[in-house]
Amino acid sequence: MIRYIYANQLSQYPTLKSTMLTDRATQFHTRLKWDVTVDADGFETDQYDALNPLYVIWDHGGRHGGSMRFLPTTGDTMVNDHFAHLAGGALCAPTLWETTRFCVSPDALDGNRVATLLMMAGAQLGMGFGLSHSIGVFDARMVRIYRKLGWEPEILGTDGQGRDAVSAGLWAFDDAVLGRMCLAAGVSRELSQLWFDRAFGGAVPLAA
Amino acid sequence: MSLNKLVDMQEALSHATTLEELQGFVEGLRDVYDIENLVYHSVNASGGQYAALTYSPNWVDRYIERGYERVDPVVQGCYKRFTPIDWKALDWSGKPARDFMGEAVDAGLGNQGFSIPIRGPSGQFALFSANQKDKDDSWAKYTDERVGDLILIAHYMNEKALEIEGGPAHGPVRALSPREKDTLTLLALGHNRAGVAEALNISENTLRVYIESARFKLGASNTVHAVAMAVTHGLIVV
Repeated sequence: MIRYIYANQLSQYPTLKSTMLTDRATQFHTRLKWDVTVDADGFETDQYDALNPLYVIWDHGGRHGGSMRFLPTTGDTMVNDHFAHLAGGALCAPTLWETTRFCVSPDALDGNRVATLLMMAGAQLGMGFGLSHSIGVFDARMVRIYRKLGWEPEILGTDGQGRDAVSAGLWAFDDAVLGRMCLAAGVSRELSQLWFDRAFGGAVPLAA
Repeated sequence: MSLNKLVDMQEALSHATTLEELQGFVEGLRDVYDIENLVYHSVNASGGQYAALTYSPNWVDRYIERGYERVDPVVQGCYKRFTPIDWKALDWSGKPARDFMGEAVDAGLGNQGFSIPIRGPSGQFALFSANQKDKDDSWAKYTDERVGDLILIAHYMNEKALEIEGGPAHGPVRALSPREKDTLTLLALGHNRAGVAEALNISENTLRVYIESARFKLGASNTVHAVAMAVTHGLIVV
């Protein structure tokens, strides 16, 4: 199932937490060789995990199948702190959230399906809270992946070339995207909504 | 929707220059949006606090004296978050929480509410809540009709409070970005959205994000207002 969990709720799910942070270490440190910090427990975290972000996690029998992280752009975000030049400067709006650390577990049997489920959950989150867009920073290899998953961001700016290129982009939320991603993930609209309601029963959209 | 109300309130807010005026603004907002109580409470990274609210002073004193923030499900359920929530979805199951609600209702508070947690820069946090005595169905109707406006106003009010705390004549807390300046400059020159998007080589949908962000930073009630403010503050040259 998809879970939407704030950082300060993660301690209620110790296995989910430890497997997520270990999978992040594998993906971002070992495989992609990003300049990230891995602690003595083998967990990858950065300063934004300390800001009580909201995680979207594919929970596979209590273990991390894949995840991503959201923060509102009215507060501190990675894109505004470090990559604003890629977006023509910092963007801040109540209905614009940043998404980072898109990660699929190396143990996932069908990584493509997990990635699709995460995209679906991102769309559900955006529609559930009336967001207009999310903003993210990604490397060149992800551009192709997002396209294949059926929901690509509009690129605002790019640094570097070829495989080393890093871009900032915007995903636009709309109902049709959510429908498409549910279909691609093989999850009904009702079930996606149910997972959202389990986390946010009584959610109030940020914009009508 | 209640577009005129929203524009009027944002316009009123944009002129505020003192925290006292924000208190008056909250009272005006309560009347315009026909709600019994509104509360804005801000905590900055160094622990400094500021509140503008319509609860009775007796209830506020009692709340502080008893340290009710440790019991209040609204505080417990919203602190450090950023997703708006109806009070019904909070955890009222414990006896202390139920006793607290009972006392709050005795003090004149309503039984319904929603809260909007807000993140500002550098660890600043604020909570904006609306409170009303109401039945479930009529409250749901009220929420549907007004919550969009109140969420927007809550965020704009937080920016204004940050601006005021930054000192007199400090201006907007966040600088316009180069692309936001380009956007407003092209709009000021009379280009329509399609023309601006084409000139900046972005889609109209993405242009919306630049305009929204610029409006938010300036505290502008609409795009025309944003352009006017940018010119007035000398942020763009036309």
